Amino acid sequence: MNRDQYLTMYAQMYRIRVFEEHVNELYTSGKMPGLAHLYIGEEAVAVGVCQALRPDDYITSTHRGHGHCLAKGASADRMFAELLGKAPGYCSGKGGSMHIADQERGNLGANAIVAGSTGIAAGAAFAAKRARSDRVAVCFFGEGGLGQGILYEVMNMAALWTLPVIFVCENNLYNEYTPYAETTAGDLLARPRAFGIVAEETDGQDVRAVHAAAGRAVARARRGEGPAFLLCQTYRFLGHHVGDVNRGYYRTKDEEQRWRAERDPLQILMTWLIAERIATSEECARVGEQVRAEVAAGLQFALAAAYPDPSEVDTHVYA
Amino acid sequence: MAELTYRDALRSALIEEMDHDRRVVLIGEDIGVYQGTFRVTADLLKRYGPGRVIDTPISELGFVGAAIGMAMLGLRPVVEVMTWNFSLLAMDQIVNNAAKLRYFSGGQVNVPMVIRGPNGAGVQLSAQHSQSLEATYAHFPGLYVVAPATPAEAKGLLRTAIRSDDPVIFLENAALYGMKGEVPDSDFALPFGKAAVARSGRDVTVVAYSRMVFAALTAAEQLAAEGIEAEVINMRCLRPLDAATIVESVSRTHRAVVVQEQWKPFGAAAEIAMRIYEDAFDQLDAPVERVTGADVPMPYARTLEVRAVPHEADIVAAVKKTLGKD
Repeated sequence: MNRDQYLTMYAQMYRIRVFEEHVNELYTSGKMPGLAHLYIGEEAVAVGVCQALRPDDYITSTHRGHGHCLAKGASADRMFAELLGKAPGYCSGKGGSMHIADQERGNLGANAIVAGSTGIAAGAAFAAKRARSDRVAVCFFGEGGLGQGILYEVMNMAALWTLPVIFVCENNLYNEYTPYAETTAGDLLARPRAFGIVAEETDGQDVRAVHAAAGRAVARARRGEGPAFLLCQTYRFLGHHVGDVNRGYYRTKDEEQRWRAERDPLQILMTWLIAERIATSEECARVGEQVRAEVAAGLQFALAAAYPDPSEVDTHVYA
Repeated sequence: MAELTYRDALRSALIEEMDHDRRVVLIGEDIGVYQGTFRVTADLLKRYGPGRVIDTPISELGFVGAAIGMAMLGLRPVVEVMTWNFSLLAMDQIVNNAAKLRYFSGGQVNVPMVIRGPNGAGVQLSAQHSQSLEATYAHFPGLYVVAPATPAEAKGLLRTAIRSDDPVIFLENAALYGMKGEVPDSDFALPFGKAAVARSGRDVTVVAYSRMVFAALTAAEQLAAEGIEAEVINMRCLRPLDAATIVESVSRTHRAVVVQEQWKPFGAAAEIAMRIYEDAFDQLDAPVERVTGADVPMPYARTLEVRAVPHEADIVAAVKKTLGKD
């Protein structure tokens, strides 16, 4: 890894953070409709994994998908446009926050059903393998997805067929409003291992650790050695969705403050870059300013953009 | 022209499309080594190998989901569900992904896949193996729903289904697999959304699809002996629905009977009858009659099962009712 690559990772995480802060603001000020599930706190997972991918690799995403989308290379302007239901949005305003897809960059789409895109990821991996390419597919899902049967059906097939698919489980500790330990029995890693899938746990707040683990999984998959499972331990700094403000009944403010103060993935990377003399705090600040300006311009673009013409309601149903 | 069974007509469409297009892959339970529960995929594993004829675990949700991913990347998976009953396990993937991905991605992606298998009652297979799910799937925009009755339709519609860029619910019928009929030679395709007049008549229009077309034709024979000429329309396809052909017929006969094997409430016949009321109300001389299965889970005992599915006599009675002869 060289300096530029580290700064790219920092910029990507920063981009997600700023994007999400704008989304929070848009939503709470009544400018954004629908539902918004924020990724703040989990940025190192999407960025660490996607930096280990090539542009022609595939990802599938979740209802909490803005981070994956940006990390795979989407631009903030068309994402904001989609969130606001505007015509230039990635999905022409037909999908919204929970369905952003960016096929050109291999993002096969966010999915609003928990674990709903695990099958798609396996199918994409099958197609990549059949084409004799060395492309891989990454399937992002939260630990809530561990409760869905399809995940186990798909892991079984991925192992049987040696598919180049990497299951990335983002354990942000809460299934919506319930601590995961109350919903999830046994050892999480024992689940993929039961299918013979190589499984590894990593610190989801440390982008370098995620990137290294993802790199190992991706390399295996490219070599034709089949699926892998990455358990990324992370934390959702905010609520299940933007409206989930009073969280005292399922977790303490203390806990939230501790994660924010000690386990912020942006701080962790910046501190390391400075300590290792790879970048100065001024350089990091400059990256931040550039990203901030770009994201703000993206938001202005989206706010000014037109809504879809009502006549578009019945286009895109059939090919 | 060749005489083929419905099963072999399906199989020949699979073979010709697999020869024509390397992107076509078959996926399902026991379709390869075992050659398919109803032998539609007989010998295909030997012909095309395990890369294109893929035996799966008993995981309908998972393999339908995987097929959707394959389709999004440009393959053309033809998924066999052993029977449509088991598709209920995959319903989330069919309804929430296959049917909607093109729409909610703003047209970024197509899902060119076929899901096929037998739909409807068998013989004493009881409640979980005898369901008719056509109306369930025809409810969802983004899906095509086809239900061929004859071997020629089986082949012509399956070819169109495999070449479709959208997901197709392809409803076969276990009682029809052995039925023989003339099938045009290769490159024969039938369009979606186009019904066929299976028998012409002036007195009443009987609308049916899949196996019930034959019940309607038998009923029409019996009625003819009594001087009543029934026109039988074979829908072939439920989504899109060819209302024009029905309306044209009803505007000549002024009476209609709609036949379905499935339960009466919220079924295909209700939709078809309503389309007749919307588009041909002024042409009707009598209310539209429905002939349907009994509104119960399918019973096991033969005496009960016979009572639960519609028969020729029910169609004859419904026709006579529209003519005021009951």
